[in-house]
Amino acid sequence: MTAAPTLAVEHLRTHFFTRAGVVKAVDDVSFTVNRGEVLGLVGESGSGKSITGFSLMGLVDPPGRIVDGRILFQGQDLVGRSEADWRRLRGNRIAMIFQDPMMTLNPVLRVDTQMIETIQAHADVDRQSARERARAALAQVGIASPDERLEAYPHQFSGGMRQRVAIAIALLNKPDLLIADEPTTALDVTIQGQILFEARKLARETGMAMIWITHDLAVVGGLADRVCVMYAGRVVETGSTTDVLDHPAHPYTDGLIGSVPSRNRRGQPLKQIPGMTPSLLDLPPGCAFRDRCGYADSRCGVSPETEDVGPGHGVRCHHPLATVAA
Amino acid sequence: MTPVPMLELRGVSKRFVKGLDLAQKMANLLGAGEREEVVHALDHVSLAVNEREVVGLVGESGCGKSTLGRIAAGIMEPSDGTRLWLGQEVSGLPAAAARRIELKIQMIFQDPFASLNPRMRVADIIGEAPLAHGIVTRGEASQYVADTMRRVGLDPEFARRYPHQFSGGQRQRIGIARALAVKPDFLICDESVAALDVSIQAQILNLFIRLREEFALTYLFISHDLGVVEHLSDRVVIMYLGRIVEIAATEELFAKPNHPYTQALLLGVPRLEARNQDFAPVAGEIPSPLDPPPGCHFHPRCPHAMPKCREIAPELVEIAPGRMSACHLNHAA
Ligand SMILES: Nc1ncnc2c1ncn2[C@@H]1O[C@H](COP(=O)(O)OP(=O)(O)OP(=O)(O)O)[C@@H](O)[C@H]1O
Ligand SMILES: Nc1ncnc2c1ncn2[C@@H]1O[C@H](COP(=O)(O)OP(=O)(O)O)[C@@H](O)[C@H]1O
Ligand code: SF4
Ligand code: SF4
Ligand SMILES: [Mg+2]
Ligand SMILES: [Mg+2]
Repeated sequence: MTAAPTLAVEHLRTHFFTRAGVVKAVDDVSFTVNRGEVLGLVGESGSGKSITGFSLMGLVDPPGRIVDGRILFQGQDLVGRSEADWRRLRGNRIAMIFQDPMMTLNPVLRVDTQMIETIQAHADVDRQSARERARAALAQVGIASPDERLEAYPHQFSGGMRQRVAIAIALLNKPDLLIADEPTTALDVTIQGQILFEARKLARETGMAMIWITHDLAVVGGLADRVCVMYAGRVVETGSTTDVLDHPAHPYTDGLIGSVPSRNRRGQPLKQIPGMTPSLLDLPPGCAFRDRCGYADSRCGVSPETEDVGPGHGVRCHHPLATVAA
Repeated sequence: MTPVPMLELRGVSKRFVKGLDLAQKMANLLGAGEREEVVHALDHVSLAVNEREVVGLVGESGCGKSTLGRIAAGIMEPSDGTRLWLGQEVSGLPAAAARRIELKIQMIFQDPFASLNPRMRVADIIGEAPLAHGIVTRGEASQYVADTMRRVGLDPEFARRYPHQFSGGQRQRIGIARALAVKPDFLICDESVAALDVSIQAQILNLFIRLREEFALTYLFISHDLGVVEHLSDRVVIMYLGRIVEIAATEELFAKPNHPYTQALLLGVPRLEARNQDFAPVAGEIPSPLDPPPGCHFHPRCPHAMPKCREIAPELVEIAPGRMSACHLNHAA
């Protein structure tokens, strides 16, 4: 028997009821994340990555709400919990970091004050040992001279350093699940490399489960153990990083990977997916990719269900591409 | 004999003086002694781009890429140094000749929205400059706009719409159409695909590749994305903190980077092919351009730094035919 996953999301639907109509931002999304595992959640802008993350944190605000599905965190369903329950979980058992670290950091408070407050909000610890834990968390994410940094304000840091502090704060209470929403997108290459390096180390050393949200397939390739590819509010393909990136079975995944410059001969036209991502407002029935898909036929007017094309390799498509076993 | 470069910058520097804000001025009344700060955005940069060449310019934020691009485009004056078009110093030319050259060089920006006037219709955004410069007559204008739109993959039906009615990728096409409309020879693209999704980015890159053939264009392609630059460029220029540290043919640069900073960049970048990547990051922060380190700007982060790196700035010199690097390691006796 295998241990229960840290997180099992089942048929999650998060919709926004706007004046213009219903936006199905997350529409029947299922996946699991195990202890010590990094799950990469990739997709283009507007595909529902962030709203999936917010749903898992109980942070969806009206006019949006979770309309269906289960979020099993260590076996317990979180859907429909009270705000008090969520507050106990957030920043404690489940933590999230964002593209903009200032979503986490308070600009007018010293770093040590913020960190100590975060610890004391969830545990009965005295100030001195809380400060010691804060210091250790800064050191853990590779911050040099943590003692000095504790006494500084967020605005005194560079973007990369702020993101590290935000990660350190997220780690303070040793969460079982960390959701990272594009935390390196705004950072420079060498600084992004530093953060990814620390993230890998953390997952390996602490057993924490991680969901790494990004639009960058290369980040997923280097960092994630497994991948979910989202398109128009749905997971269209899921599997091990190798299965999905090296043997994609969904036409969208295949097209997306094919359009990355490094997959093409230098100077030659890139493979490209025609058209644009559809508006999620009143999406017509059927496969949302069919206007852009070279394999579409009449069957695609009906929305495909997810089916396995290999062990742990699920695809939501009527005509999955042949996958060659590695 | 080497050909005369199409566009050349010689010893170009750019300094920005950051004035004092109100709080600092008040503090000075109380004797705080706050002083104006000087940003050395470009420090003695020389670069030549040959006709029909695509030169990629790579570096991290704040290293001076956009400043270099703007000076090359002629929309910003350098503090020092000269700019030559086909071997002629532009600043010495009569006004009319200089204006003709400025039209030949067009710039395309990262954020298509910020660079398009929201109150102008697409037809006017694209048609304004060619009309003003007498490239087309008023009677030909609407046909010319429609042709230009088609060239960049926009439906001429949309000519009467406003920028906000387009997606990010379409707005970038509008920006490209506006630049093409004045029949340039040289395009400077500053992070022109950075804000776009992967699938839309591929479409725009393909457009750049096609236009290059169609109009025999020369490009200076500025990007922080090594994959994009590798795909498009014939030669690559690497910048760090206001200086060019390496120039090489694309294949050579990626196969065998010479400068320790280039090596660090290539190691730190995530790759689609890599699994369980050891990101092997270079340590340390990017220093502030307000107060760059002395000597080699990279020395505080460089694993090979030697005592002289702290004192003497290495010059950018040819280390092999067509290959330039600025590192003392190349001259270690
Ligand atoms: N408050 C809201 N009201 C209505 N629609 C919303 C709201 N928030 C998000 N959406 C819609 O939900 C969809 C998914 O948004 P989400 O932010 O999850 O995308 P994403 O995949 O994170 O994109 P990006 O890569 O741009 O961050 C989008 O179509 C978005 O416009
Ligand atoms: N108009 C300006 N006024 C003051 N400083 C500027 C100005 N433009 C650029 N700088 C500074 O010059 C340096 C180089 O900027 P830039 O060329 O925009 O870099 P990049 O495009 O490589 O990110 C940065 O430190 C930036 O803050
Ligand atoms: S279901 Fe049909 S339209 Fe959708 S991806 Fe598969 S083949 Fe293409
Ligand atoms: S000059 Fe010295 S510090 Fe600079 S890159 Fe070369 S070895 Fe490193
Ligand atoms: Mg998002
Ligand atoms: Mg710039």
